[in-house]
Amino acid sequence: MANLVSHPDEVKVVSRRFGQGATNLDRYLELDGYKAVRKALEMGPDAIINEMKASNLRGRGGAGFPTGMKWSFVPKQSAKPKYVLCNGDESEPGTCKDRLIFEHDPHSVIEGAMIAAIAVGAHAAYIYIRGEYRYLLEIMQKAIADAYARGFCGKNIFGSGYDLEVYWHGGAGAYEVGEESALMESLEGKRGIPRIRPPFPAVVGLWGGPTVINNAETLASVPHIILMGGKQYAEIGVERNGGTRLFSLSGHVERPGVYELPLGFNLRKVIYEVGGGIANGHKLKAVVPGGSSVPCLKPEEIDVALDFDSMMKAGTMLGSGGIVVIDDHTCIVKFALRTIQFYRHESCGWCIPCREGTDWLSKSLRRFHAGAGVAQDIDNIRYLAENMLGRTFCPLGDAAAMPIIGFIKKFREEFEAHLDGRPCPFGQHAASALPVLSH
Amino acid sequence: MKFSEQLEARYSEMLTHYPVKRSLLVPFLLYIQDEFGYVTDDSIEEIAKRLEISPLEVRNVISYYSMLRTKPSGKYNVQVCTNICCQLRGGEEMLGHVREKLGVKVNKEVTSDGIFSVEEVECIGACSWAPAMQVNYDFHENLTPEKIDQILDEYRQKAVQE
Amino acid sequence: MADVTQNATENVTLTVNGRTISAPKGTLLIEACKQHGIEIPAFCYYPGLSLQGACRMCLVEIEKMPKMQTACTTPIAEGMVVQTESEKVVQARKATLELLLANHPLDCPVCDAGGECELQDMTYKYGAGESKFIDIKSHRDEQQWSPIVFYDRPRCILCYRCVRVCGEGMDVWALGIQNRGQGSVIAPNKGDSLDCEECGMCIDICPVGALTSASYRYKTRPWEMTHVGTVCTHCGDGCVTTVGVRRSETGSEIVRCDNRDRSGINVDFLCIKGRYAYDFAANPERITTPLIKRDGKFVSATWSEAIELVAAKFRETLAASGPQSIGVIGSNRTTNEENYLLQKFARTVLGTNNIDHHRTADFPSFARAIAANKAQTASMSEVATAPAILLIGSDPTEQHPLLAWQIRTAVRRRSSRLYVVNANEIKLTRQASHIAKIAIGTEADFVSYLSGNTAAAANLGTAPEVLEKLRDALSAESGLIIVFGPELRGEAIDALVSYGSRIGAKFICLADYSNSRGAADMGLYPDLLPGYHAIAGSSRSALAWASKVPATPGFDLTRMLDGAASGAVQALWVVGSNPAARYPENTAFSRPFLVVQDMFLTETAQHADVFLPAAFAYEKAGTMTNTCGDLQRLKKASDVHGVKSDFEIIIRIAEKIGADVNELVPFRGHTFADAGQSRGAQSGEADRNAVFTEARGLASRTSPLDPLITLDEISKLVPGYAVSRLDLAAGNMQRTELVQIEPAGIPSHPEMVEPAGNALFTSGTLGRYSTTLNSVVEKHRNAIEPIEAD
Ligand SMILES: Cc1cc2nc3c(=O)[nH]c(=O)nc-3n(C[C@H](O)[C@H](O)[C@H](O)COP(=O)(O)O)c2cc1C
Ligand code: SF4
Ligand code: SF4
Ligand code: SF4
Ligand code: FES
Ligand code: FES
Repeated sequence: MANLVSHPDEVKVVSRRFGQGATNLDRYLELDGYKAVRKALEMGPDAIINEMKASNLRGRGGAGFPTGMKWSFVPKQSAKPKYVLCNGDESEPGTCKDRLIFEHDPHSVIEGAMIAAIAVGAHAAYIYIRGEYRYLLEIMQKAIADAYARGFCGKNIFGSGYDLEVYWHGGAGAYEVGEESALMESLEGKRGIPRIRPPFPAVVGLWGGPTVINNAETLASVPHIILMGGKQYAEIGVERNGGTRLFSLSGHVERPGVYELPLGFNLRKVIYEVGGGIANGHKLKAVVPGGSSVPCLKPEEIDVALDFDSMMKAGTMLGSGGIVVIDDHTCIVKFALRTIQFYRHESCGWCIPCREGTDWLSKSLRRFHAGAGVAQDIDNIRYLAENMLGRTFCPLGDAAAMPIIGFIKKFREEFEAHLDGRPCPFGQHAASALPVLSH
Repeated sequence: MKFSEQLEARYSEMLTHYPVKRSLLVPFLLYIQDEFGYVTDDSIEEIAKRLEISPLEVRNVISYYSMLRTKPSGKYNVQVCTNICCQLRGGEEMLGHVREKLGVKVNKEVTSDGIFSVEEVECIGACSWAPAMQVNYDFHENLTPEKIDQILDEYRQKAVQE
Repeated sequence: MADVTQNATENVTLTVNGRTISAPKGTLLIEACKQHGIEIPAFCYYPGLSLQGACRMCLVEIEKMPKMQTACTTPIAEGMVVQTESEKVVQARKATLELLLANHPLDCPVCDAGGECELQDMTYKYGAGESKFIDIKSHRDEQQWSPIVFYDRPRCILCYRCVRVCGEGMDVWALGIQNRGQGSVIAPNKGDSLDCEECGMCIDICPVGALTSASYRYKTRPWEMTHVGTVCTHCGDGCVTTVGVRRSETGSEIVRCDNRDRSGINVDFLCIKGRYAYDFAANPERITTPLIKRDGKFVSATWSEAIELVAAKFRETLAASGPQSIGVIGSNRTTNEENYLLQKFARTVLGTNNIDHHRTADFPSFARAIAANKAQTASMSEVATAPAILLIGSDPTEQHPLLAWQIRTAVRRRSSRLYVVNANEIKLTRQASHIAKIAIGTEADFVSYLSGNTAAAANLGTAPEVLEKLRDALSAESGLIIVFGPELRGEAIDALVSYGSRIGAKFICLADYSNSRGAADMGLYPDLLPGYHAIAGSSRSALAWASKVPATPGFDLTRMLDGAASGAVQALWVVGSNPAARYPENTAFSRPFLVVQDMFLTETAQHADVFLPAAFAYEKAGTMTNTCGDLQRLKKASDVHGVKSDFEIIIRIAEKIGADVNELVPFRGHTFADAGQSRGAQSGEADRNAVFTEARGLASRTSPLDPLITLDEISKLVPGYAVSRLDLAAGNMQRTELVQIEPAGIPSHPEMVEPAGNALFTSGTLGRYSTTLNSVVEKHRNAIEPIEAD
C-alpha cells in the first residue's frame, strides 16, 4: 500500500478523505458521502451539466477536455442504452494517483460515476480498473457491493425512481487500453485496438450506445463540485482550469509522492518546495511534467504554471499530472531509450507509423546508447519521430514521438557525446531486457 | 473441464454485468489464470464455448494483454518495474539483483524449483514510491537490495510451507 | 461494412486538388476520388470490407482540420477542400513506406508477389528507395498453415485484409491477429495450422507476398506467364478465373489460377476449386494419345487410326441395326458449342435422338414454368444486391460457393433478408433472418404450403408459427430472388414459379456442373431440342435443321444403358462423362462398341474400345452458361500436346463418317473470322487449323474448328440466346433467357435428376485427379478428432 505524504501548500478536495478510513461506507457517509448524488437527483441533468461547466473541470486523464462540455455532447434521446465508463486504467509512466483514490476513497468514484450517469441519462456505469491493481479492484468490488446493500445503486436509487447499475471491470495489462476507444473495446472483451473516430463515444460508444468516459480522478472530483458548487470549485484553480489536481511527483526529488495542488501552481515550487528539492544534493537536469508522453522541460523552463493552457504555451503538456524529475547524473539518451521501449512494448500494433516507428526508434536508440551510433542517427531519430507525429491511428504514436523529439531538441549535445564509439558519459548501460514481446 | 465453485460463482455474477456475454472475457481470463496458474488450452476451449466465440478469438485477446500467459510462471511471479521513474531510482539494478538472487537470466524465466519467475514490466503505478515491483498482485515499493532479499525469502518460506 | 451509398439520392460537391467533384452523400473520400480518377494510395482499405484506418497511406489534407485525415474513413462533406498530393501528404506516404520497409525482408527477387506487389508499386511511386534503417530486421520463419496456405510474417504489412476477407467475406473467421505492437502476427485458428475452407481469398487479397499458396509459391514470376481469363470448370456458378500459363515441354502448363483482374461475375471471389483445382490437367495419369483396345488391352494409336475406327464402327452399326442402335452421352463440362454440335451431329448425321447427359437439375420443368408464367430468371450478380432471397434446399456453401458468397454479400452490405428452407442445418442459416427446418424430402410440400395449401404444412415437421411468419414475411417482400436446389423437380417447380411470379420474384434453379445449364439449353435430351423445343412439338421447325431430326424421342440415359446391356444399343459414345462411376454394377459398358472422350481412364473409359484424349475447359474456346443462365466466354489458356477439343473430335468423326461438315458448322462464307481467340496464345493451333483446311481444300477465312461459328448459329436459332458477340468478346457476361421458350409439351422427367453430390473440396470425377483437392480432403479427414473420452 502506497504511503501518503502531505504538504501545507496542498488544497485537499479529492484527497480529503485519504487516510480517513473512507473505504468503509459508514465512514464515507459521515464524510458527506452520497450527499452529492442525492442533490444531483434533485437538480436534474441540465442543472448538473451547468454546474460542471461552471466548475471548469477539465479531464484528469490527460487530454484536459472540459468535462461539462463532454457530458453535454451525449444526445438526450437515444435508441440504444447510454453508459458511463470510468477510466481507471492508469498506466502512464509517472502517474500513480488514481491508485490512491481507489485505495482510500472508492465510493467517491462510484458517486461521481452515478452523477455523470444521471446527468446524461445513463442507467449503467462501469468502473474499469487496470489488472495490476487487483487489490484496488477488490476494494472497489466491496464498495459497490456495500452501496448495493444500502440500495444506493440498482433499482430506484434513493427512492427517486431512477434505476442505476454500477459495475466493476478489470483489465489484464495494456497501456493502450487507457485510450478511451480502446478501453471500450477491452470492456467489450476484445483486443485493445482503438476505434475509428468519428463517431465519438458520446454518440456511439459501448455496445453502440452513447457513452461518457472519464478518468477516475475526474469522476472523484464531481461529488465535491456538486456539493460546493461549480463556481467555488473553479475559483480554486485558474482561468479555464478549475479546481485541484493530484500530481504524482517522482524521480530525483527528496519527497516524492502524490500531492493535491490547485491548478496553476508553479512547477518550480512543486519540485523545490513541495518535493523538497533534488535528492542527494544533485542538480536538476530536466523535468517530464505530465507523464512520460510529453516533451521535457529544462531547468530554465520550469517557472511555469501547472495548468493545461500554460503548459501548452511552454511547449509541453499537463498530461496526466505525473511529474518526473531528472537530475544531472542521469543519461538522457538512456532515459529516452527507456521511454521509447515502453511505447514499443505498449503499441497496439494496429497502424504502421506507431508499430514500426516505435520499433525502429527503440532499435536505433538502443544501438546508439550502446556506443554504436553514427552522426546521421540523431537526425534520423528526429526525422522518424517527426514523421510519426500526427499520422498515427490514435494518440499513442504522438505520445511516443513527442518526448523523443523533445530530448533531441533540448539535449542534442548529450546525444552527440555518445557518438564515435564513446561509451555512455554517465557510465549507464541500458540493462533492460524489454522490449521483447514473448507471447 | 471444470472450474472451481468460486470461479463458477464469479462467472455467473459477471455474466449479469453486461448486455453482451463476451464482455466479461478480459477480467475473467485473469481469474482463470489465477486458478490454473496460466490460461490453459482447456479453459480457452471452455470459455470460447460459453461465450460463443471461437477459441481463436480468445487467443487473439489473450495474446494482446501482457498479464495473460498460456504457459506456467513460477508460483510467485516477481514483476520488477524498470520504467522511467523506477529506472531513475535504481529499477534496473533491482531487476539485476532479483535475477542474480534467483539465478535466472532471461525475461519471464522460471526458477528450477518452480517457485519464482522474474519478469521485467512496465510502469505499475508506483512511480512515487520507486523502485517498485509486484509479486503476483502484491506491491513492494521503495525497494533496496536488502528489502528484496527479505521479501523473496518470505515468499520462498511461504512456498515451502505450503 | 454497409453500403452507405445504395439509397443515396443527394449529391455532395467538394474540391479535390483544385478540381470540383461530386458524388453521392455518404461516399468515402477515397471512393469519391477514385470515381473521378484521383488515386489515393491504400493498403488496408478494401472496397466492401470493414474500415481499418490502419496503414495511414491514404492520409490527405483537409482544410480546417489540424491533422491529416484518412481518406478511407472520411465520408465526403459539402464544401470540403482536399489536397491529396501536397508536399505534406507525399512526405507522409514516403515516411510510412520507409517505416514499412525497415523490417521488410526485401527479398523481392524471389518473392511470389514480386512484380504484382502493392508495396513495390508504392515504393516505386513515392520513392522511399534509400534506406535510413541500419539496424537488425526482426525475423520470423515462414510457416505452412494448410495444404494451401503459407505465411511469411516478415513480409506481412499487417493490413488485415486477409483477416477481414476470411471473416466478413467468407464467414469462416479462421484468421486472427495475435500479440501486439511489433510482435503482431496474423494467426491461424488451430494454433499453427488452419481449419478452413481453403478458398485462398486471403492469399489473393494480400497486397504483398506474405500469404502464398502451396501451388504457386516460388514457381515462377508474374511476367513470365501469359494470363488468360476464362470460366472455372468446376461448379455451376461460373466464376471467371484468370489462368496463368507458361510454356512447357508438353505444350503450355498452368501455373496458377486467380482472379486478379476482378472482371468476372464473381468480382473478388473464387473458391478452392476455381483457384487451385486446375492441377488435374497435369496429372501424370492424364492420357494424351488415342487408345484402341486390342485383346482386352489398350494400345496407343494415332488420331487418324482412332477416328477412322470410330467412324467405321458407327457406319457399320447404322447400316446393320439402324440409328436406334447408337447412343450418345454428353457432358456437363463441355462448351455450349460442343454440346450443340454433339446433339446436332447425333440427330442429323447419326439420325438418332438417343442422346442424354447426367442431369443434376430439372431444367425442362424450370424452362416450362418460367415460360408459362412469363417469369424472370435472376443472374448471379443480381443475388448480391437482392433485397431478399429465398433459398429452398441445396447447401450453397458446399455446392455453390459463389452463390453463397453473393448471398452473404447481400446480407452483409445491403442488410438483405435471407429465408432458408432446408432439411439440414446449412451454414448459410448464420445469415438467415428466417429459417424453416423441414423434414427430409418435403421441399415440394413446402412449396405447396406457400402456394396456399395450409394442409401441406403437416408434412414439414416445422412449427406452424415459424412457417406462418416466414410465409407472411415473404409475401411482403419485393425484389425477391428464389433459389432452389435439385430437391425441387417437376410440378413443384411449376407451383413455385407460379407462386413467386405473383409476388414478382426472380428465379435461380441450381445445377451442379460448370455447364449443366448449357447442356440442358443445348438440348442434350432425347426428347428436347436446343431451346427446349419438344421433339414431338410443332415449335421445333424454328430450328433450321429440324427437318432432319427423327420425329420420335430417343432413349434417355437409363434406357440407353439398359439397351446397351441388352444388346439393343450396339454403339455407345460417351463424351466427358463417367456414368460407370454412378452405375458401377451396370454391365452396359462392356457390351457395346464404346467410345469415350475424356482426360483420364475413368471407370467408364476402362471399358472403352476407343479412347480419345480430350482437352478440358482451360484448353479450349467457346461459351458456357452458368446455372443462372449467365453466358460467358471460355478462352483458351493452356495446351497439352496430343489432345484435341471435343469440338474438333466431333468434327473429325463427322468428316470421316462422310457428313457435310459445312452443314454441321456453316463456316464457308461465314463473316466472322476467328481472330485467334479460339487458338489461345499458342501458335501451334493456328498451324493445325491451317493444315486441316488446306489439306481438304476448304481454305477459307474461317475454320470449321472455330466454335464461334457455332455460337452464331446458336444465337440465331436457340430461343433466349440472342446475345451480343461483341460484348461477349469484350469479356462481359451475357444473359440468356427462358421466357421465349414454347412451354407447351415440354416433357418432364423428375426421376432422371440425380445431384452430383459434390462438396466444397470435391468436383466429380475430375476432382479426384486434383492433387490439391485430395490433399485438402485428406487433411480434413485427419482433422476429425477422436471423440473425447469423459
Ligand atoms: C495511449 C493513451 C493512454 C491513455 N491512458 C489513460 C489512462 O490510463 N487513464 C485515463 O484516465 N486516461 C487515459 N487516456 C486518456 C483517455 O483517452 C481519455 O481521454 C480520458 O480517459 C478521458 O477522461 P477525462 O476527460 O476525464 O480525462 C489515455 C490516452 C491515450 C491516448
Ligand atoms: S483460405 Fe479462405 S477460408 Fe482459409 S484462411 Fe484463407 S480466406 Fe479463410
Ligand atoms: S498477410 Fe497479407 S493480407 Fe494479411 S495482414 Fe499481412 S499483408 Fe495484409
Ligand atoms: S464457386 Fe464454382 S465456379 Fe466459382 S470457383 Fe468455385 S467451383 Fe468454380
Ligand atoms: S515507472 Fe515504475 S511504477 Fe511507474
Ligand atoms: S487505406 Fe486508409 S488507413 Fe489504410
